[in-house]
Amino acid sequence: MNALTGALLTMAILGLIFSLFLVLAYKKLKVEEDPRIHEIVEILPGANCGGCGYPGCSAYAEAVVRGEAPPNLCAPGGQEVAEAISKLLGLEIATMEKKVAKLMCRGSIENAVRRAEYTGIETCRVADATLKGDKACVYGCLGFGDCVRSCPFDAMYMGEEGLPHIIEEKCTGCGICVETCPRDILELVPIERKVFVFCKNIERGAVARKYCKAACIACGLCVKAAPEGTMKMENNLAVIIDWKSVDEHAEEIIAKCPTKAIKLDEKFAEVEV
Amino acid sequence: MNKFTFRGGVHPPYNKITSNKKIEALPLPEVLYVPLSQHAGKPAKPLVKRGDVVKKGQKIGEADGFISANIHAPTSGKVKSIMEHPHPVFLENVPTVIIEADGDDTWFDGYGERKDWQERTREEIINDVKEAGIVGLGGAAFPSHVKLSPPPEKKIDTVIINGAECEPYLTADDRLMQERPEDMLWGARLIKRAVGAEKVYIAIEDNKPKAINSIQDALREFDDIELRVVKTKYPEGAEKQLIKALTGREVPRGGLPMDVGCLVHNAGTSIAIYEAVRFGKPLIERVLTLSGSGAQGKGNYLVRIGTQFSYIVGKTGGTSGDIKKVIMGGPMMGISQYSLDVPVIKGTSGILLFTSKEVKFHEPYPCIRCSRCVSVCPMGLLPLILVDLVKYGRLEIAKEQYGLLDCIECGSCAYICPSHIPHVQWIKYGKSELRRKK
Repeated sequence: MNALTGALLTMAILGLIFSLFLVLAYKKLKVEEDPRIHEIVEILPGANCGGCGYPGCSAYAEAVVRGEAPPNLCAPGGQEVAEAISKLLGLEIATMEKKVAKLMCRGSIENAVRRAEYTGIETCRVADATLKGDKACVYGCLGFGDCVRSCPFDAMYMGEEGLPHIIEEKCTGCGICVETCPRDILELVPIERKVFVFCKNIERGAVARKYCKAACIACGLCVKAAPEGTMKMENNLAVIIDWKSVDEHAEEIIAKCPTKAIKLDEKFAEVEV
Repeated sequence: MNKFTFRGGVHPPYNKITSNKKIEALPLPEVLYVPLSQHAGKPAKPLVKRGDVVKKGQKIGEADGFISANIHAPTSGKVKSIMEHPHPVFLENVPTVIIEADGDDTWFDGYGERKDWQERTREEIINDVKEAGIVGLGGAAFPSHVKLSPPPEKKIDTVIINGAECEPYLTADDRLMQERPEDMLWGARLIKRAVGAEKVYIAIEDNKPKAINSIQDALREFDDIELRVVKTKYPEGAEKQLIKALTGREVPRGGLPMDVGCLVHNAGTSIAIYEAVRFGKPLIERVLTLSGSGAQGKGNYLVRIGTQFSYIVGKTGGTSGDIKKVIMGGPMMGISQYSLDVPVIKGTSGILLFTSKEVKFHEPYPCIRCSRCVSVCPMGLLPLILVDLVKYGRLEIAKEQYGLLDCIECGSCAYICPSHIPHVQWIKYGKSELRRKK
């Protein structure tokens, strides 16, 4: 026997022994995993955005299979995914409302009064926690774009007027930007909803008006124009209670607002004063 | 004389240009804006309503809880309204009592010298201080009666009266020590009695020779008080650093001066305590320094709480040059203002008007890991690491392993940084995020 065959033989025997060991280990240490988890992961969009409240898609899939989470938490997946998951698990078909993020502030460079020049760290969260930014209104958009940077679906961009824009076709309603915003001015709303109060300033009308041309000045005209019980005044702000009927009466209500704080969401038309 | 100090610190240009300017009382403004929150802790509850007639020194806000302080009317007049008004610390509009002065400036009934003031007991002193709404006048505005009533198991043996005034530009305490040394020493004696301490030190930085002389002269009558001259270095007047410098004791992590048997009160607070005990006078006025190259009338002024900054600047000759920045307090730890229409509050130790001569804006560069921030940090922290941890959201590690909450926000790191990194803003943000998550 020459040296070459000897070496090959040794390697082959060693290989056999190790493979045997691996086969045994596979049999012995096998973890039983519900195959449905894998199937659900396949159904989910796989963005790992965390909008459902679980750390990533597979964690959510596990939770659904174990029955700890409802099948309609995946906002990016929407109705389709919710249905597919329900079908797979033999659950009742879960419904899912398509929601999108919306900015409840129109404090653009043009509208909002600037009280100072801000030269600190340019993120909304730091500015809000320390010097409160450069706008006189401390309830409105800071305009440094933390939300834009946080969006996992590339559905936001900073507009020239200094406010973030949301591309509704891309927005999945995962809610990451809502979490990120230090001022709670981003909200998840049903996509078919039309009329909003675009202001969060709770100060008296006279003050709010001084700080921003597009502020809600708490005049209450919209509440009077709206059907009884569908709107109310709270903390110097108009609040929509029943959005469906307000949307139906949109024309009359919007016409009353002197600052156009309450209006149709028409993708940032500049407010004329 | 042996000079005491601590490890770390920086030497900014001190610019104590107003050290020779006598304290001048400004005339009373017509309208005063008295915020209900001027101290650390809960805001006071208002005791007056619109249209009420108030006397000078009358209580208009009641302390809400233990860590809170009373608020008093700075002059006699009528309550115009209670509404939201800009505030120099919160940087937003907060509830404020607006008083229209009647010009008579009549004291409330019962104001006047007490015959027994030198013999007042411990409980009486603490109660006087509490009633008078006294808070720390150095800037942090922590209610003084809380500091004077430590839990019984914490025995305080050393009282330190802090006349270090290490912030550049500010000279209010310096002038008070030059002009009213006896009053300050009496205050120190009353504080000593209130907590039953054995020793009292007056700490002054060695760049204030006049204040040192004046206190030394006055000390002949006070053999129970000692003067300690400390080295001129920033932040020598920080509570923990001063304790370390004078006694060698180190306040434990997360602890208070009382944990090492010490109590520190500012020089101005000491005078306020003296006035409260002797006359029952509430804290309705304070001395502040107006300085910076943008101020025409640089000097030290006695003003009522609630006087607008714009009134003070106007009465002292206005501004000169192009004002770039207005700071309440000192340039190292003070707060940038967005308007001059904010009132003086109890913690306003100075108003600084800076032009382009003092204000330079720098874009921050990346950290070059020179570790200068580490060598100047008086708390022995690693500011460069803290900034990175906060920036990337590792708040728990920053808190547990790198002492995020131990930072005293003195600004030495940001001052010395060759890359102009705003360490303190990052750290303040990190702390507020931790508070928010709790």
